[in-house]
Amino acid sequence: MSRSLPTISGHGLGLRKEHYRDFLETDVPVDFVEVISENFMVAGGQPRHILRQIRERYPVALHGVSMSIGSADGLRADYLKRLKALADEIDPVIVSDHLSWSRIGRFNSHDLLPLPYTSEALDIVCNNIDQAQNALGRAMLFENPSSYLAFEGAAMTEWEFLADMAKRSGCGLLLDVNNVYVSATNHGFDAQAFLRNIPSDRVRQMHLAGHSVSEHLLIDTHDQPVPEGVWALYADAAARFPHAVTMIERDDNIPPLPELMAELDVARRLWRHAQSAQKEAA
Amino acid sequence: MTLAELQQDFQSWLTAASDDAAQKLAGSSDAPGLFVYQNNYRGQLVAALQSTFPHVRSFMGEEAFLHAAVKHVDAHPPHAWTLDAYADQFGETLRTVFPNNPDIHDLAWIEHSLGTAFVAGDAQPIGPADLAGVDWDNAWLRFSPTLMTAQATTNACDIWWALQEEGAQAPEAEMLAEPNGLVVWRRGFVSCLNTIDAQEYAALQFAQANGSFNGLCEFLVERLGEDEGVAKAGSLLADWIGSEMLVGVDE
Repeated sequence: MSRSLPTISGHGLGLRKEHYRDFLETDVPVDFVEVISENFMVAGGQPRHILRQIRERYPVALHGVSMSIGSADGLRADYLKRLKALADEIDPVIVSDHLSWSRIGRFNSHDLLPLPYTSEALDIVCNNIDQAQNALGRAMLFENPSSYLAFEGAAMTEWEFLADMAKRSGCGLLLDVNNVYVSATNHGFDAQAFLRNIPSDRVRQMHLAGHSVSEHLLIDTHDQPVPEGVWALYADAAARFPHAVTMIERDDNIPPLPELMAELDVARRLWRHAQSAQKEAA
Repeated sequence: MTLAELQQDFQSWLTAASDDAAQKLAGSSDAPGLFVYQNNYRGQLVAALQSTFPHVRSFMGEEAFLHAAVKHVDAHPPHAWTLDAYADQFGETLRTVFPNNPDIHDLAWIEHSLGTAFVAGDAQPIGPADLAGVDWDNAWLRFSPTLMTAQATTNACDIWWALQEEGAQAPEAEMLAEPNGLVVWRRGFVSCLNTIDAQEYAALQFAQANGSFNGLCEFLVERLGEDEGVAKAGSLLADWIGSEMLVGVDE
């Protein structure tokens, strides 16, 4: 079934509890906020109450980390039911998760584990996306994860996998620019080739974040400011994906809100510059 | 290798650091990426326990807590979709690893229950105005879905309150002269903790399991005699309503 992709525009922030008060007591100049779905897929209490209050003031995107869209044995019906209930109540502008897997059988790793880019995995992911989108009654976005391991026997690149996945399932893409940077560095592929080869009209959201440098690999810690290399890649992505909203995603080492708003201003400037350049070129 | 086989191997690597699985996944058991995933897996589970049990952690000390957390991670691969559920069995692990520390067992119950109550289902408490015309002979008490009780043998409740006060020194752990009851529930959006004496604990347990107010009266009359038993049932009812533990009286 063909479903329309989100059409929201602008710039937002990942909302974390350290900033609840700022968002509830002042008008923070953002076009939307994104929350982690699972933090609010609870029976009741304060978290759900706060989200309802936030939703009265800002458009909300739901970003999941536990759907496990790449599980070989399918999705969990109880998870989808809870997510559907949350989405029905909050009426989010976007519902997203990651192109990864967390669960097999009864084991749930609670990590975004990498998939092999094979035809079999593509079939399984597309079937699972069908199941999720049918359960939710809407199109979802799926995010490219950072990865630290590439498997032998891949039949396609990550960007080919993403492009085929979006085409076959009708889902949209959430491009995490930091994750492209991290994976490109870790696996030695060309980040620009990644951007060039994913379908522009399918990218409806972009994440900007920071990472840490370990001895052998870049680690997607999301606990640092957006670094220069990620900003440079975003400048290219902003020109290439005009239908996407952009947000700063900080998951740990959360700074005061003005620091994140300053980063968001940089994103806005780069976005405006990219759109102007595109218009002039046209 | 099928996707299902790859995912089984990944599970074996994460939970048991299987060399065989590492060879199949990365062609080597020292691929840096494999260790990133294993560190993420174990670190995230330990962090979930630290987040749910901050006072247990500070009371036990970092080394002892980490020892128990590592035992727990080794013995209990996570199953639920939510990381919050990973704390559910940690109390059992603490009983196994530190069998002679009932203070830690009680403190862990308190912290886990407070966290559970915080996100338990919403229910509107009843007030005195809701009780007009109730036929108490046929009344059934409905308790808040957030209400949890347990027997305590130590002063863990006092320890918790002291640790909750920033900078306060926790009292020495002590056995109680006789066990009492711990009660956790939520008022509005605030999780609450209280201790009750053994008699009220028994009555509350009975009322939660049975529900009948008449049955509660009989339960207390049997123990306290006719007049005192009925009076006690009335005063407990008033306390439970005042504390917002009751969400309905059905007839």
